[in-house]
Amino acid sequence: MARTILPFGPQHPVLPEPLHLKLTIEDEIVTEALPTLGYVHRGLEKLCEVRDFNQMIQIVERVCGICSCLHALCYCEGIEQIMGVDVPRRAKYLRTIWGELHRMHSHLLWLGLFADAFGFESLFMQFWRVRERIMDIMEATCGNRVVVSVNVIGGVRRDLTPEQCQWIEQQLAISEKEIKQLQTTILSDYTVKKRTVGKGVLTKEQAYQLGAVGPMLRGSGWAQDARQTGYAAFDELGFEPVVEYDGDSYARCAVRFRETLQSIDIVRLAIARMPAGETAANVSGAMEDDTLRPVGGKRGDIMQAYNRDKHHRITAAPPPNFDIPAGHVAAKVKGKPDGEAVTRVEQPRGELMYYIKGVGSKNMDRVRIRTPTFANIPPLLAMLPGCELADVPVIVLSIDPCISCTER
Amino acid sequence: MLETIPVTIESVRDVAKQCFDEGWRLVTLSAVDLGEAGFDILYHYDKDLVMRHYRLTIPKETVVPSISPVYFAALLVENEIRDQFGICFADIVLDFGGALYLEEEVRAMPFCKVSVAQKQC
Repeated sequence: MARTILPFGPQHPVLPEPLHLKLTIEDEIVTEALPTLGYVHRGLEKLCEVRDFNQMIQIVERVCGICSCLHALCYCEGIEQIMGVDVPRRAKYLRTIWGELHRMHSHLLWLGLFADAFGFESLFMQFWRVRERIMDIMEATCGNRVVVSVNVIGGVRRDLTPEQCQWIEQQLAISEKEIKQLQTTILSDYTVKKRTVGKGVLTKEQAYQLGAVGPMLRGSGWAQDARQTGYAAFDELGFEPVVEYDGDSYARCAVRFRETLQSIDIVRLAIARMPAGETAANVSGAMEDDTLRPVGGKRGDIMQAYNRDKHHRITAAPPPNFDIPAGHVAAKVKGKPDGEAVTRVEQPRGELMYYIKGVGSKNMDRVRIRTPTFANIPPLLAMLPGCELADVPVIVLSIDPCISCTER
Repeated sequence: MLETIPVTIESVRDVAKQCFDEGWRLVTLSAVDLGEAGFDILYHYDKDLVMRHYRLTIPKETVVPSISPVYFAALLVENEIRDQFGICFADIVLDFGGALYLEEEVRAMPFCKVSVAQKQC
């Protein structure tokens, strides 16, 4: 049988970011896949040596725009662990709320891209229309749509008023209804099933042994999620992971779809249980920089930005008429990070791990970031051999690859 | 403070094999430049959401046995460490030769504090 080497990527219609796979093909069947990385490597980890430990929050948020809030959360929890900072409970709940909003908009983005990958352009636009409402929530509560920049060492910079919480719940109720309307198409349609069921199967044993994380791991039958470790407010929210058992592209899609609805419930629960109190501990060094203080925003600023960008918008309703309240700072914690910590949070794509080492100076000695896509590439290399060439784009997309995350 | 278990270069692959047999999942490896003292390589494992960390401390220009024959998932991170710190791994299942992120003509190790390392192992 003749062997053909076929380059897949780095530029490909299903790839939002550049990943190159060298596919060996025999009679339209993939027999080997080898990756090539390095197209978007930025060396962000190295910046910890020249930026102080507070400025690194803005750096790690830019490892990945889609889950910027969770990168900052994981980094801040590491620094707080080293410095022994006790984060106020209200801040933990606020972190949970914004983190789950990030998960929702990331999954909705992926569901749209996935639909587009097998030619459902209308479904793609429907998912992104719903996503726009989540983006509006983030803009109205943080002032930014993607990189929300709410986390600081010791807590969060923003707070939510009761009126905002009520408005968020209203928006989530509309989003939930709209997402459920799309369930039949994405999970029951003949064409979608034809393209995803039995494609790119990762068995339960393979998923664990190859280090898969997130929906890749849970789609193969493992009930493992970093939220079970109880970071932020998850220790008080009774979290149970979403699990599917078939290990194929359809199962991974189903996990993400169900997790989107689960995140709505988590946000509702967090709002209902959120205690009153401060939103940040006062950490020496962290609050001395004016750019890092808890800040609010005026309604006029939000409406100005809304009017400026309104021709780009899909949703018709403007954000509600309220200001963004600043957080409230608690007692001061002094010192510089001196020690090591490993922290984990659950990104939309899976487990994110930070190893942080400080040596008592304002700069960190080492910040090591293990992103979920980095962990999911070896399982992808195991899934591709044996599949048909025509299924490669859908299988690659089914891991929700984020190459900017992977290469940092 | 992070609790780590010291491991020697002779036992690093045996420890990996033992962890694999006991059902530990490899999370990742972390390399840290210690300056004149060499490097720390931390091996992070997870089982039922509990983490275990092994610390291997090596002088510079030491070749480390790859654990990728045991944990296939280690191949990317070991190649990344080779790119960034110039630490070579023996018997790695897929060796990018220091060109995972970098161009082949790059000879300095970008993540070393004082970088004079050569890429050839």
